[in-house]
Amino acid sequence: MSLFFIVLLPFLGALLPSLMNSAGRAAVAGVTFTVTLAAFVGLLSNLPSVLAGEVVLAQIDWMPLLGLNLTLMLDGLGFFFAMLILGIGLLVIAYARHYLSREDNMGEFFTYLLLFQGAMVGIVLSDNILLLLVFWELTSLSSFLLIGYWKHLPAGRQGARMALTVTGMGGLAMVAGMLLLGQIVGSYDLSVILQNRALIQADPLYLPALLLILLGCFTKSAQFPFHFWLPHAMAAPTPVSAYLHSATMVKAGIFLMARMWPVLAGTPEWVMIVTTAGLITMVLGAVIALFKHDLKALLAFSTVSHLGLITMLLGTGTAFGAMAAVFHILNHATFKAALFMSAGIVDHEAHTRDIRRLGGLRKLMPVTFTIATLAALSMAGIPLLNGFLSKEMMLEEAYGTALFGVPWLVPALATFGSLFSAAYCFRLIGHVFFGPVRDDYPAVPHDPPAGLWLPPALLMVPVVLIGVAPFLAEPFVKLVTASVLGDVADVPSAYFKIWHGLVPALYMSVAAVVGGLLLLAMFNPALRFWEAAPRPEAKTIFEAIVEGAARLAQRLILPLHNGAFSRYAAIGTLVILAAGAHAFATGTVGAPTREMQPVGPVPIAGWLMLVAATGGMVFMHRNRLLSLVLIGIVGLMVSIGFVFFSAPDLAMTQFTVEVVTIILMLLALNFLPNKTPVESTVLRRLRDAIIAIAGGFATFGLAYHYLLREAVATPISAFHLANSYKGGGGTNVVNVILVDFRGFDTYGEIIVLGIAALLIYALTETLLDGPVRARLLNRKPDQPRAGDMHPMMMVVLTRVIMPLVLLVGFYIFLRGHNEPGGGFIAGLIVSIAVVMQYMASGFSWASARLRYPYHGVIGAGVLIAGLTGIGSWFVGKPFLTSDFTYVRIPPFEKFELATAALFDLGVFLAVVGAVMLSLESFSRLARRAHVPDTEHPMDIDPSRDDPPVEKAGHAKEGV
Amino acid sequence: MEFLVASAIGILTAGGIYLMLRLRSFPVILGISLLTYAVNVFLFTSGRLTIGAAPILAEGATAYTDPLPQALVLTAIVISFGMTAVVVMIGLGAFLGSGDDHVDDQPAPETADAEGRS
Repeated sequence: MSLFFIVLLPFLGALLPSLMNSAGRAAVAGVTFTVTLAAFVGLLSNLPSVLAGEVVLAQIDWMPLLGLNLTLMLDGLGFFFAMLILGIGLLVIAYARHYLSREDNMGEFFTYLLLFQGAMVGIVLSDNILLLLVFWELTSLSSFLLIGYWKHLPAGRQGARMALTVTGMGGLAMVAGMLLLGQIVGSYDLSVILQNRALIQADPLYLPALLLILLGCFTKSAQFPFHFWLPHAMAAPTPVSAYLHSATMVKAGIFLMARMWPVLAGTPEWVMIVTTAGLITMVLGAVIALFKHDLKALLAFSTVSHLGLITMLLGTGTAFGAMAAVFHILNHATFKAALFMSAGIVDHEAHTRDIRRLGGLRKLMPVTFTIATLAALSMAGIPLLNGFLSKEMMLEEAYGTALFGVPWLVPALATFGSLFSAAYCFRLIGHVFFGPVRDDYPAVPHDPPAGLWLPPALLMVPVVLIGVAPFLAEPFVKLVTASVLGDVADVPSAYFKIWHGLVPALYMSVAAVVGGLLLLAMFNPALRFWEAAPRPEAKTIFEAIVEGAARLAQRLILPLHNGAFSRYAAIGTLVILAAGAHAFATGTVGAPTREMQPVGPVPIAGWLMLVAATGGMVFMHRNRLLSLVLIGIVGLMVSIGFVFFSAPDLAMTQFTVEVVTIILMLLALNFLPNKTPVESTVLRRLRDAIIAIAGGFATFGLAYHYLLREAVATPISAFHLANSYKGGGGTNVVNVILVDFRGFDTYGEIIVLGIAALLIYALTETLLDGPVRARLLNRKPDQPRAGDMHPMMMVVLTRVIMPLVLLVGFYIFLRGHNEPGGGFIAGLIVSIAVVMQYMASGFSWASARLRYPYHGVIGAGVLIAGLTGIGSWFVGKPFLTSDFTYVRIPPFEKFELATAALFDLGVFLAVVGAVMLSLESFSRLARRAHVPDTEHPMDIDPSRDDPPVEKAGHAKEGV
Repeated sequence: MEFLVASAIGILTAGGIYLMLRLRSFPVILGISLLTYAVNVFLFTSGRLTIGAAPILAEGATAYTDPLPQALVLTAIVISFGMTAVVVMIGLGAFLGSGDDHVDDQPAPETADAEGRS
């Protein structure tokens, strides 16, 4: 199966569990299992090529210019991890089916699980490091959802947040590190990066890149000092812990260190940082784990400790260390997943995970006891189980490693860590399963149904099998090790066997096991000593840091971002001004190259009107109706200006838009107060005036400056002028640009316009459904109503001119390609014709005669425009390629038929629909407020001259 | 002529900015409309000012206006209508919902109302 399917399957499959939630729990779990199984089988289908030592590749170019391609790669290491992720995933899914209770939303759980699974598989199969980063962040997000799955538990939410903060922060560091790495090599493909060991290690950026990448790995894999999030993430349901914290998420950091091993490892910095961090984590985790009373917390810290062990092995930088690390990843995944599942079973059956309240379960839960004991003994490093083998290899590697020039430091600490590791394993067996049967369990424990114990039992097969016959695992581990090592080193020839003779590792191992037993024997005094010792509480420190960061952010942001729009507007204006001033100060200003054109009296008169109207708006803006009239004058002057400067299309558009805008504002003003009260202080108005004048001067300066100079680069307009008739078949160049040269832009624009209209419609609907409805119904108009709601003169006039206006619109539309006009302008004109009917004859009358809903008109417009564009595909041209021809139908002159006209029809319909839908929505608000509205277009409201009713009532009250 | 157009742009901008900095929604919307005019005219003038030149291809015409800024501004005018309509609707909805047409968040009153504000 193609690698793409293996990665995509979990993501696509993630839709299914939630969709099938109503089909029952078994169906949801079944479909999740099937999806994972399909991906697993797909992975196995690639096994022959991997065993043959080939690297399976799959590539799709995504953004080649950025170096971001969808490149997937499957080698031994990738196969190994993908197998763990999908294989253990299968067991976890089966287990979770029985573990989750009826109150839990199973569809949601499995959706998150599949998302997580897909992201993990993506990490281990990515060949492109940018793609890898995308999947890396996805695991942080999906694990957040999984850890916080029990939303009702505060601990779950806090744990999820902590995990997201720590791993997300590390992820950011990693992004920076990976980008540096890509910069050094000049490629973001792993297969290229892994070939460039010498280049990378010689680069001065090696150290920063290494530190940043390790930061990402350490946070993900819970290495000291970032180990604290993992135990808190244990608030998650046990299947999540078993999955995330044994085989997958926390191994992602380890995976990346292994993946990058050939290019990053081997330098003194690497050995120093990675080995030290691993060693500290291993010892610290083991010591804390021993004294934890919560079964899952114990396992969490033991996971931390084992991750430290693997990190340390990778850190030594030798081939043997890498092989031991790979082997231990395999072994740890098997016994730790089984232990988590066993802990879940104990919790599920006994209703407690507190070791102090357990004990004696050996007789009550024999099956669970067997599984947990085998797994724990393997973790303790007892011979004939797989944990022993890799632990021996670890000790052997530790024996040969010197840190800080001290040869005994690493072996001593490794033995010390192993001692505590053995002790907590023995404690887990001894304190939970041995001892007398108690009579105070929260619930009577007994072995669970097979669905719960079978998955961990299956995991015991490799634990025992590898433990007894290590040669079975040897070829596979060596294959994986080979792909970790790359070309840097040869796979060590050492054989996997139980008995190595009387070597130092054996003595260390024996010392650890014996020491562990002794430590358990004197557990109570040790516990008292531990509890008396002061130690920092990670959660408190973490929360203090987060709170401090939040306070700092508030102090920085709140003064700027305080909910006052006028402040943002002022700041924004000033920043733009400052940027402009900087550009002006640093740029070069040449001498004017254009002559100033002479001015006649008419332009001066127009200019004066524009300035007067603008000034009037500023000084009299408190009278809102007046300012609306004044802005109409401004708009009119701008339209006339367009006529004057040879832009008839613009003038027509501006003029018609002006009409509908003013109608719209009037409809709004109907509800808004008519006056703006004086609120701001004189000082504040002075400040605003200064900002405004500065802004005005700046734009004036900019406009004046370039109006007197030629463009720096040759404009592309000449091309449009030259090709408009030849290529587009139209002489109105502006229209040809809109529907042909830049047709795709126009297509986008009518869609935006349609969306805006639909948004207005949706907002109106929301208002009319909500509490505003009652307010509108009870609203008393603040102005006297017209006695004559629909003046007869106006009704007659609008109806008479309706066909005329439509005719004009039609004409403007048709001639658009060659003369000023086109779909935009025609659409606006026709809208005005329809709006006039609404205004004159009333909303009910007009809507009753409305045959097509405006939504449909918008949709039809966008569809026609889109289909016109698609049409060109059928003749093998790109989207929106236009064509035209000239035809002659006898009584008429020869005329042109162009596909662009069809596109323009789409524009026309979209504009009509959008304008009408917006205005209609506003009127619907008004209508709600002024019922009754009659069907009849011409009516007289006789109640106007009667004394207002509520006034009479008020007068009575007064008496 | 260039001076007149440039100063008109400047005056429209200044008026627009001043009104945009007011506290109530209606003047702010008018201010943004003024700014829209200023920006549209500014964009239009990037084709430089041509008086009496042919806007339509015709035989014998010697000088043409620059069609490209015109096409850009034409759609900008229509789109700005859509945007104005949305902003007006939002402002109107806010006023109808709360009975208050301030654009700034109002500080919570010192004495909390018994009814409780949201």
